[in-house]
Amino acid sequence: MSETSAISLRGVVKRFGRVTAVNGLDLEVPSGICLGLLGPNGAGKSTTMRMLTAQAHPDEGTIDVLGYRLPEASKLARAEMGVVPQLDNLDVELSCRQILTVFARLYRVPKADRHAAVERALAIANLVDRSDTRVDLLSGGMRRRLLIARGLVHRPRLVLLDEPTVGLDPQVRQELWSLIDNLRSEGTTVLMSTHYIEEAERLADTVAVMSRGQIVTQGRPSALVREHAGAQVHEVYGSPSALAELRERAEREGWVTRRSGPALAILHAERHDGALPDGERRAANLEDAFVTLTGEEIE
Amino acid sequence: MRRRRMRRIEPAAVFGVMSRDATIFTRYWKTTTFSSVVDPTIYLLAFGFGFGALVSSVNGLSYKEYIGTGIVATAVLFSSVFPAMFGTFIKYRFQRTYDAFLAAPVDVDEIATSEILWIGLRAGVYGNAPLLVAIAFGLSPRWTAIFVPIVCFVTGAAFAGFGLTVAAIARSIDNFSYVQSGLLTPLFLVAGTFFPIDGLPNAIQVVAQFNPLYHCVQLVRDLVVMGIDPWADLGHLAFLTVFGLITWRLAIWRLRVRLID
Repeated sequence: MSETSAISLRGVVKRFGRVTAVNGLDLEVPSGICLGLLGPNGAGKSTTMRMLTAQAHPDEGTIDVLGYRLPEASKLARAEMGVVPQLDNLDVELSCRQILTVFARLYRVPKADRHAAVERALAIANLVDRSDTRVDLLSGGMRRRLLIARGLVHRPRLVLLDEPTVGLDPQVRQELWSLIDNLRSEGTTVLMSTHYIEEAERLADTVAVMSRGQIVTQGRPSALVREHAGAQVHEVYGSPSALAELRERAEREGWVTRRSGPALAILHAERHDGALPDGERRAANLEDAFVTLTGEEIE
Repeated sequence: MRRRRMRRIEPAAVFGVMSRDATIFTRYWKTTTFSSVVDPTIYLLAFGFGFGALVSSVNGLSYKEYIGTGIVATAVLFSSVFPAMFGTFIKYRFQRTYDAFLAAPVDVDEIATSEILWIGLRAGVYGNAPLLVAIAFGLSPRWTAIFVPIVCFVTGAAFAGFGLTVAAIARSIDNFSYVQSGLLTPLFLVAGTFFPIDGLPNAIQVVAQFNPLYHCVQLVRDLVVMGIDPWADLGHLAFLTVFGLITWRLAIWRLRVRLID
């Protein structure tokens, strides 16, 4: 494995009974970047995340995290990484400071440094005013920030974020994005799974598109858009029958199309200037590329 | 590939998990203490004075002495097996607390060991409550009674391991009824707590020898009022220790099956 990879998965397969959740996954996460694992629900993102902490063991393939082979040496890897789970698993009866203190111990922060580490994590999560508040009295956004602080209390080299903003309102989402952005600019490696296109586009240096247990493609968001959707998209509105007719014509002409709400979107529109019916031009985005690649709609 | 290794069960992880339990305990120690003292008081009053009026002595002991020492085992059982069953089930199923630990450098072995030690410690303290109540009602203990907390700890830890195993196997919380009615109630009644087992049919007497609570009751009674019978008491302690080691390994095994895919 290469020295610069924080995470390296090769040929990883994970089955649950007859269901194959992860099906031959290859993924390299270079140190110091934020990689967005983008896929619809059920693509295998959460299973992949659980395998990286050895809470699930692969049936086939090899996994290395921070130079440690999993699952055997997973505990050493976990000591140097922070995990922010998708499902809130905070102890509701404890206060913010109590939770962070327990986890500082679990992450082996030396006793002399523990107090400072907890205060630092409270500050990062902007929870200093709430440090003695019980978790069950916190708002959803505060709880999510506390979850992140819990994963950062030991200054990890690598952070796993599993759907960090799922179910949160837009304002809270913005808050968390700037928190994650700061992590990345400090040089922490971040692997973030998400099914929000915008989240991946905003935060990730590299996006890996996951579908049906595999990585379909990987690259910089702008490069993925350019390659799979072109520069411009031409959206045509019309009656269902008109759009069906247009779709047939597109197939004959070899145009790449996708449904886009009530419209039919023709990708790589800049290649077909003059030939297209009346419609609206817009810049191609990651969603266009994603739908083309996976055939699946996403938020 | 780095070669550094972490020991399988590390004190730092075990104490870390216990620190979580201890922190939460600061919130409910008052209710625990209340019920640990009130329950045996009621037993003592009801059985000691109610039933005791019908029985002058049991195996050479006054009924108050007999039951005051016997219900130590009951207190240990109730303060270990139920918290282990319900607490563990709630933590892994509803609160996902163990998932949070497992994402940190903590393994299933360490989680199970911490929970067992913590519950054992609590039983080691609260198991003495009935004895203190009995002393307040006039029981005068031998000096060897100072070893009772150790017996309570060993028995409590062993039943905590049993409770963890049950919680890890159970599919839903009402499965606990089978264990409670089918196993724990007979264990608690046929342990020589309220009446001697030598009056029971032979077959039941033999089965009772395998009841860990019976060994706990005998040990406590010897330490507090009867006087030590070295070989028999070592045997009782050995039985409880082996039972504890078995339930500890079982708990780790079943919890791993439950938590790791």
